[in-house]
Amino acid sequence: MSTIEAGPETAHNADGHDHDHPSFLAHHFDTPEQQFDSGKLGIWLFLVTEILFFSGMFCAYAIFRMLRPDVFEGCSQFLNTKLGAINTGVLLFSSLTMAWAVRCSQVEDNKGLVGMLSATLSCAMIFLGVKAIEYSHKWEMGLLPAGLFVYDPANPHPPGQPNYLGYICAPFALILVGVVIWLIYSIVTANKFQVAIAKPLTVVCLCFFVGVGLGTVLESGGSESHVGEDHAGDTHAATDEGHDHADGESHDTGEEIAGVMVGPSGDPLLIVDNDLDVKDESAVRQRLATDATNSGLQSEIEARQRQSSVAGTSIVTEDSEIEGAIEKVENEVLTARQAGVFFSIYYCMTGIHAIHILAGIGVLVWLLVRAVRHDFNRQYFGPVDYVGLYWHLVDLIWIYLFPLLYLIR
Amino acid sequence: MSAGSIPSGKVRDPGYPTKSENYLTNSKGILSWIFTLDHKRIGVMYLIGVVLAFAVAGLLAMVIRLHLFQPDGAVFSGPKANDYYNQVFTLHGAIMVFLFIIPSIPAALGNFLVPVMLGAKDVAFPRLNLCSFYLWVAGAIFFISALCASQLDTGWTFYTPYSTSSNSSVILATSGAFILGFSSIFTGLNFIVTINTMRPPGMSWFRMPLFLWATYATSIIQVLATPVLGITLLLLIAERVMHIGIFDPEFNGDPVTFQHFFWFYSHPAVYIMILPAFGIISDLISVHSHKRIFGYRFIAYSSIAIALLGFLVWGHHMFTSGMGPLTTIIFSALTFTVSVPSAIKVFNWLATMYKGSISLTTPMCFAIAFIFLFTIGGLTGLHLGTLATDLHLHDTYFVVAHFHYVMVGGTLVAFLGGVFHWWPKMFGKMYSEWGGRIAALIIFLGFNLTFLPQFVLGSRGMPRRYATYDPEFAYLHQMSTIGALLLGAGLLVALVVLLHSLFRGKRAPANPWGGATLEWNCTSPPPFYNFERAPIVGDPYDFTTIEWDGENERYVTVDPEREIAPEEKPETEPAHAQSDH
Repeated sequence: MSTIEAGPETAHNADGHDHDHPSFLAHHFDTPEQQFDSGKLGIWLFLVTEILFFSGMFCAYAIFRMLRPDVFEGCSQFLNTKLGAINTGVLLFSSLTMAWAVRCSQVEDNKGLVGMLSATLSCAMIFLGVKAIEYSHKWEMGLLPAGLFVYDPANPHPPGQPNYLGYICAPFALILVGVVIWLIYSIVTANKFQVAIAKPLTVVCLCFFVGVGLGTVLESGGSESHVGEDHAGDTHAATDEGHDHADGESHDTGEEIAGVMVGPSGDPLLIVDNDLDVKDESAVRQRLATDATNSGLQSEIEARQRQSSVAGTSIVTEDSEIEGAIEKVENEVLTARQAGVFFSIYYCMTGIHAIHILAGIGVLVWLLVRAVRHDFNRQYFGPVDYVGLYWHLVDLIWIYLFPLLYLIR
Repeated sequence: MSAGSIPSGKVRDPGYPTKSENYLTNSKGILSWIFTLDHKRIGVMYLIGVVLAFAVAGLLAMVIRLHLFQPDGAVFSGPKANDYYNQVFTLHGAIMVFLFIIPSIPAALGNFLVPVMLGAKDVAFPRLNLCSFYLWVAGAIFFISALCASQLDTGWTFYTPYSTSSNSSVILATSGAFILGFSSIFTGLNFIVTINTMRPPGMSWFRMPLFLWATYATSIIQVLATPVLGITLLLLIAERVMHIGIFDPEFNGDPVTFQHFFWFYSHPAVYIMILPAFGIISDLISVHSHKRIFGYRFIAYSSIAIALLGFLVWGHHMFTSGMGPLTTIIFSALTFTVSVPSAIKVFNWLATMYKGSISLTTPMCFAIAFIFLFTIGGLTGLHLGTLATDLHLHDTYFVVAHFHYVMVGGTLVAFLGGVFHWWPKMFGKMYSEWGGRIAALIIFLGFNLTFLPQFVLGSRGMPRRYATYDPEFAYLHQMSTIGALLLGAGLLVALVVLLHSLFRGKRAPANPWGGATLEWNCTSPPPFYNFERAPIVGDPYDFTTIEWDGENERYVTVDPEREIAPEEKPETEPAHAQSDH
């Protein structure tokens, strides 16, 4: 007992804190620097796990895009680039405000910190609001994962759909009402601390509906509704039933040659359709094959052309008005078995990203409360820094998701 | 302090903790355990948890072996007999892997030992540590509810497309595994940060005990591989709920992609299971041979090498699943490279024992058993990594025997060795040495009787996971079943020996084995704050100053008499002033 006897009772009271520790320093750390470095290493490692978590889905994306490039290009037309771009901008701006918040906490600018955290939270809410519009719009059209995919190009907006947007907005509306009631209550009871928290939170909750409004405006003026009409008027109506091909792969069999790229084509693609010598391939495949690097597709098309010339029959003429059973063949792109994969990956990736946004909102609210409580100072700003890093990562993942999902043209 | 026969010098021994210092007794009540942030208490709670999980899964294993006692199945009968068998072996595998082997050494022993060995007061994030434990509990609850609901019959690997079409509670079980994955990630993250930032002055990387190196390597794998399992299981759940068509061929998905994703985690997970065992064995062999570990740096670096190479070999689980011939050749070649660092360790342990002064204590018996069993397990792995032989042996009992030699003969035996080694430190009680040795012997014999026949069964073509078999295999299966009963009896003896010590055991000295690492410098059991001040860090494998104190039956550190030089006091007057006289 020679060394231990040196009075542990005095140094370690019941809560295990040494008296010379500042209140923000956990008892098992020696210095604030050690505590900060530990936290920083910890959050970086956590971000590594996050990247690996998403990497599984990026791998799935790569595999299925490699297997079915036409499906990805076609289905991507359903995503509204404007909304995606707005969301990208919103998230980039929120990264700026987050970085600014970190700076504010370092220089003990508490007012600025609260403002910047609220701005970050508001951007997150706008993002979710826009996302709610995107999701509800696609659900109404039946653009769902493979097992639930019911989209019908002839009838893109089936009546009698539940009000998906209402369901998504309901919890946010409830929270908004709750926060407003809390704000009024805290104003009435003159609790300054609670007012200081509830005020920015009210703005934050309102921002969700700003996002919804923004999304609605852009969606109605956007190109997507035209896309829907295009499908309705398209003679190459794709039918789902009765064509259960043994090979679901994207290579065509002889009869399917007429499967001209249908449906999801926006205007540019339709133009391409007309320009190309659509003999026995879909427009997308033709167009992809024009890329010199896509030698596999080129040789496939070549082989197909040779085959058809050997057979000596041209099944489809350039006149696309022709009526025949061939045109009723299951279209490659817009079936549950094919297009569903794109939407599966779309929902998985953006959905899990949205869950990360929600988690980020949770920790940012926690930071906001602590900031109002003046918890942070020059020596102790670790939590703001760590949440900032996390927020930048969530932002960064969106930066990758946006072009990979929205900008396939 | 009387020195007895020990050489003269300053005897260093921390003595015994008082009741208010002892981490087990310094605060009372169930709540002080439930909300504890003390890594040692969390470690003890993990220990209890994993032992319970092991008991459940071990009983399921007994049911499997008893069923296989007869060619037509001895336990289950009726039209659903084979379904029951499927469920039992699935739950045996899933519980053993996710609830026992993966958390056994890193979470239970690691939590207790890492900060103490390192000389830190606690892990870097004590709350996260407690959170990991409760995630483990939540995952266990999910598994138990899967067991109670409609069972699970996919095998622990959850291969698609069966797992997307099976009627059993796949979603419950995969959610459980998903949650357990996060428990594992947070534990690994905590250890990496702790080892990086919480080392006291003097604790350089190469003064760390090898158990810490092994834990560090394990944590790297936990942090890097487990998230991939997480997303795989999440996609599998989505596949079942929404049919996302990524893994399910019915919707143009690709089942082999699932296997790639799954094994990208699950092969490194094999090293999550075995690397900490290597760490334990390195410490055990050195301490109980009373000899410096041979090739310290080689063992340390080989742990890291295994951790990194382990990420590149997942394809060897899928040689028959349909990969390109070139891919299989590359994976086969990479598989062989992993055997190199493993072999380095085995040779170093043998070289450490050579000319050592071996005390044949219980932990040492387990360590020697480990070397023997792990070597068999490792060498039979080469047959499975070779393409030509793997085609014959794939999905046979040879594979079953191989990974049981590594997982049970390796990890479980090392875990037991570690528990027996650090038991006096954890609970401050000495167990019956003879009881422990007998348990080790029974386990060794029972284990070999169980699994050696399975190599023969597999090479003769007995497929794994079958509920019934050809009568020609009967006597080998019966040998195996008898061995399993013996193994179970041995484990029971070990448990009784340990539990008995808690009530009747002698009070343990601070250093019962003569270890030089830091945990032996605190009392047994350690005080709740571990170290009053940052401890003096020496060479972890330098045993020259550790002496047996026969009178008190303990080892003590004897610092040689040191004198402050120069001995004479300096003159009060300067020398030039003296010369005047």
